[in-house]
Amino acid sequence: MSKPRDENADNQAGSNRPKLALHVPEPRYRPGDTVDFSDLQISKAGDQPRPDETAEASETYPLCNDLIRVLGDDDKAHGPWDPRLDADTLRAMLREMALVRAFDNRMYRAQRQGKTSFYMKCTGEEATSVCATHALAGDDMIFPSYRQQGCLIARGYALTEMINQIYSNKADKLKGRQLPIMYCSKRLSFFSISGNLATQLPQATGFAMASASKGDSRIAATWVGEGSTAEGDFHSAMTFATVYNAPVIFNIINNQWAISSFSGFAGAERATFAARAIGYGIAGLRVDGNDPLAVFAAERWAADRARANGGPTLIEHFTYRAEGHSTSDDPSAYRSAEEQNEWPLGDPVNRLKKHLIALGEWSEDQQEAMDAELDAEVRKAMKEAEKNGILGHGLHHPFHTMFEDVFEELPWHLEEQAAQAIRERQIKFPEDPAE
Amino acid sequence: MTTDTAAKTPEAGKATGNVKHMNMIEAINSALDNMLERDDDVILLGEDIGYFGGVFRCTAGLQEKYGKTRVFDTPISECGIIGVAVGMGAYGLRPVPEIQFADYIYPGLDQLVSEAARLRYRSAAEFIAPMTVRSPFGGGIFGGQTHSQSPESIFTHVSGLKTVIPSTPYDAKGLLISCIEDNDPVIFFEPKRIYNGPFDGFYDKPAKSWKGFDEAQVPEDYYKIPLGKARTVTEGDALTILAYGTMVHVVESVTRAKGVNAEILDLRTLVPLDIEAIEASVEKTGRCLIVHEATRTSGFGAELSAMVQERCFYHLEAPIERVTGFDTPYPHSLEWAYFPGPVRIGEAIDKLLSE
Repeated sequence: MSKPRDENADNQAGSNRPKLALHVPEPRYRPGDTVDFSDLQISKAGDQPRPDETAEASETYPLCNDLIRVLGDDDKAHGPWDPRLDADTLRAMLREMALVRAFDNRMYRAQRQGKTSFYMKCTGEEATSVCATHALAGDDMIFPSYRQQGCLIARGYALTEMINQIYSNKADKLKGRQLPIMYCSKRLSFFSISGNLATQLPQATGFAMASASKGDSRIAATWVGEGSTAEGDFHSAMTFATVYNAPVIFNIINNQWAISSFSGFAGAERATFAARAIGYGIAGLRVDGNDPLAVFAAERWAADRARANGGPTLIEHFTYRAEGHSTSDDPSAYRSAEEQNEWPLGDPVNRLKKHLIALGEWSEDQQEAMDAELDAEVRKAMKEAEKNGILGHGLHHPFHTMFEDVFEELPWHLEEQAAQAIRERQIKFPEDPAE
Repeated sequence: MTTDTAAKTPEAGKATGNVKHMNMIEAINSALDNMLERDDDVILLGEDIGYFGGVFRCTAGLQEKYGKTRVFDTPISECGIIGVAVGMGAYGLRPVPEIQFADYIYPGLDQLVSEAARLRYRSAAEFIAPMTVRSPFGGGIFGGQTHSQSPESIFTHVSGLKTVIPSTPYDAKGLLISCIEDNDPVIFFEPKRIYNGPFDGFYDKPAKSWKGFDEAQVPEDYYKIPLGKARTVTEGDALTILAYGTMVHVVESVTRAKGVNAEILDLRTLVPLDIEAIEASVEKTGRCLIVHEATRTSGFGAELSAMVQERCFYHLEAPIERVTGFDTPYPHSLEWAYFPGPVRIGEAIDKLLSE
């Protein structure tokens, strides 16, 4: 064994090396700081080349370090990634993004009013779910995280059903078992949301492998935040996807923040998230996540590639989480309040609105009327859902349902426990013999 | 796509076709072969299970017979293996992932506990995880710390998982077929010490093969043994012994050598448990010994002991005894000092019968 180290010595004997230093990332702006994003590298819209969908994965490397953008400062579409969508599709996407925002705003207030325990908004990220979903086929399987309410809304899920779930009321299809916003709809090919981060990534890969093994045409698309790419499941999903050339799309929503940790804690200081794809032999694209046309175009490219047995694609959607992580979070405790307004890629809803106006297909008056109409639609759905109850006001599923679906059939030990729960209920509420 | 293979099954129960002598490996292989043949949605995946046929030969010949898209090798990633199996189940397949040793199941634990076990519940049965995770487990083979563990109590503690452990070739095939057809996720632990022959606990005597044992007469055709049903190994009235896996054989040899009239129950399924069989036996004998290889503290024996105490208290004539592995990692050189063998079991029986 070597001699004990002198911890006070500036240098170790025989070496002029500096002491080792641990690097702990620090975000650029903390509460109270003045924000300046002017040095952020923002590519010019339309400048990015569009390789063929059959290109080798390695050919996409330049796009992993660039930013695919279609909508320019002039509100017009530019370059080879312009998906050339018709005005009706553009208006549909605008309407759905605006509906997501109206829904988020009302649900946030519902949580503050005590109608439910919890909510998570996706403000500023609406394009990454709504426009990506438009680029998929209706039966392609979506494996979402908790901030993809836009996928459900783009597939036409009834707002009342979403609110029933948020209120955990007697009409909640998930029977009040799940935390609010952990939606599930097999009919709309929207997989059950889990609280455990990144678990959906290998699952999406497995679904895609299954579809391929059956010679089907369905592909899988999954969404995850940039923070969750640090999970081991990200690595296993990428490995399986590349090994089996699985028809799967990985959407990484880089909104800069994982609760209070900035993206540096997921490795963003050294490499883009898109660039990780290349090491696995997977195609990678990095897009302006606030540019609805770029998001659509990248997702469609990846979907076409997957469907043609070209294999998986990772898309990094570069965006900004404009609001708190959840209703339990106060972002003013860890980041500058100026960030949201200074974010150089703007707001996705506003950008698509201005594009449609520039095309002569929309107007501020129409937008105003639509926003009012959407707000009324959300409020109507809320009233409808409230008839079925709000959280903690008695209108829930019968006690016995708590024990159902643990297994396909109720084993004896759960029957015994169900009987106990119902007995306890009768002691607590002797005047109410229901259930 | 089929989510209910049971519906395709004309009848469950014993097969009538050829009966062949099989060791447990061959019986497992036969079960997988039957299910691959019967149900196009059954798919096998795991490390070294494809071309090579598995490190224990359980999948030998199956890739050649059914093709690479039905039986295939995977990257060395347990969380990946279980995770993709959940996704395959969501599509409508019936995956049978293999984890090479139970000691290596832990990287897949999040996918098993948080996902596979909870999927039916959290989606109100819109999505299910009809998978059977096969994994060799247990000691007695000089496997040291990471080739000998018995982690069943980690899984019995998880609501939504079933845990099944066979102790004979006949049971291994019939139970495995039931597991694969079951629409719930099942952990199927294969006691590797008895893959090739029953182990009586006397490690210093020559190893036996399954040759000549009735339990190794296995029908080549499809048959099922229902989950949740224990097997009465021997009938008796002096005491009840609850065991599973390798320990069934060790217990049987000890009681035979001691001339004890024990009623031995091979539990076969830990969740859901055959509580009726356990209650009936303990009420008859008044004494209960629980034996497992796994470590003692919070092992499945603690659950069994608590249930017998709660349900059979007024029939008990002596405190319930537990014979288990010690609360240490599984040692290499001191394996036979660790293993709950004939001496430890014999002492416990003497104690129970003397009270």
